[in-house]
Amino acid sequence: MSDAALHAPTASTEATHGHPTATGISNEKLAMWVFLASDCLLFGGLISTYLLLRHRSVEGLGPADVFDIPFTSVSSFVLLMSSLTMALAVAAIARGDLHRNRVWLGTTAFLGAVFIGGQVYEFTSFYREGLGYTTNVFSSAFYTLTGFHGFHVSVGIVMLMVLLIMSLRGNLGPEKAEAVEIVGLYWHFVDIVWIIIFTIVYLIP
Amino acid sequence: MTAPSAVSEAPSSQQEAPTEHKHPTEGDYVKIAIILAVITALEVGTYFWEDIFGSHPSTTALVVSLFPMMIAKFAIVIGYFMHLKYDNPLFKRIFVFGLVLAIVVFTVVFFAFEFFDDRFFRFLTRG
Repeated sequence: MSDAALHAPTASTEATHGHPTATGISNEKLAMWVFLASDCLLFGGLISTYLLLRHRSVEGLGPADVFDIPFTSVSSFVLLMSSLTMALAVAAIARGDLHRNRVWLGTTAFLGAVFIGGQVYEFTSFYREGLGYTTNVFSSAFYTLTGFHGFHVSVGIVMLMVLLIMSLRGNLGPEKAEAVEIVGLYWHFVDIVWIIIFTIVYLIP
Repeated sequence: MTAPSAVSEAPSSQQEAPTEHKHPTEGDYVKIAIILAVITALEVGTYFWEDIFGSHPSTTALVVSLFPMMIAKFAIVIGYFMHLKYDNPLFKRIFVFGLVLAIVVFTVVFFAFEFFDDRFFRFLTRG
């Protein structure tokens, strides 16, 4: 990118903040992308640890003994579709349709909650089958990886609920569309992390 | 040395004009979601490989079939839902930097912890 392009204020920046930034792009949005880039390293560490440890269990249950692929496929599909509703929420507020924005934000939070509910059910059933957090290295790596992702989804649900409450109180108009877009970036990121986890952890034995 | 003229300091009209990109419409988002759903269905279909083809799939076959689908889904969500395809290139550079750094660092970790030993390659080829 040329310097001119980097320093030229964009329409979206001025529309949402009313003033240009040094880079010509929104600082908040830039911060979210930097955070997501750093989160790649965090999840990379957890996925690598899982791959290194999952076949080194010396006792107890392993992946093939506990995974319920059809059930996890449904919850993966739910999370994937929540990315669609999030994109629709961002599109709705960008064109000033506050009612649809609320509907899609609420739907996204609901689908996220369904995913978390599925994860809680999965963890509970694994535990009842005898796979505790410290049963073996596979279980520790598995629960840490998927639990860390579940925590990210839960934080996303909280952010969505905050946006929904702000909208219901009349504090989230089109001038704050970028706030919805930034939460949307976070939400889509947790979705792409699950895309990787679903393939590497669940589908490849 | 002469002072820079006002004309030379002023950004050109081309620089001032915001770059217009065609963002996806709501209909586009639905189409993208359908494509993602189809890819997910194909991914889940590999779980029923033995029922379809009558033999247990090798790990190589699963990796070769699942990884392209995973990467395709990843790229579609990043590019279209996260607008990385349309947004400022700086965002793409930052994210790709983090992603590539993670891949390089943890590939080194895999080698350091002997993930790619002879046993791994035998397992990969035999399934």
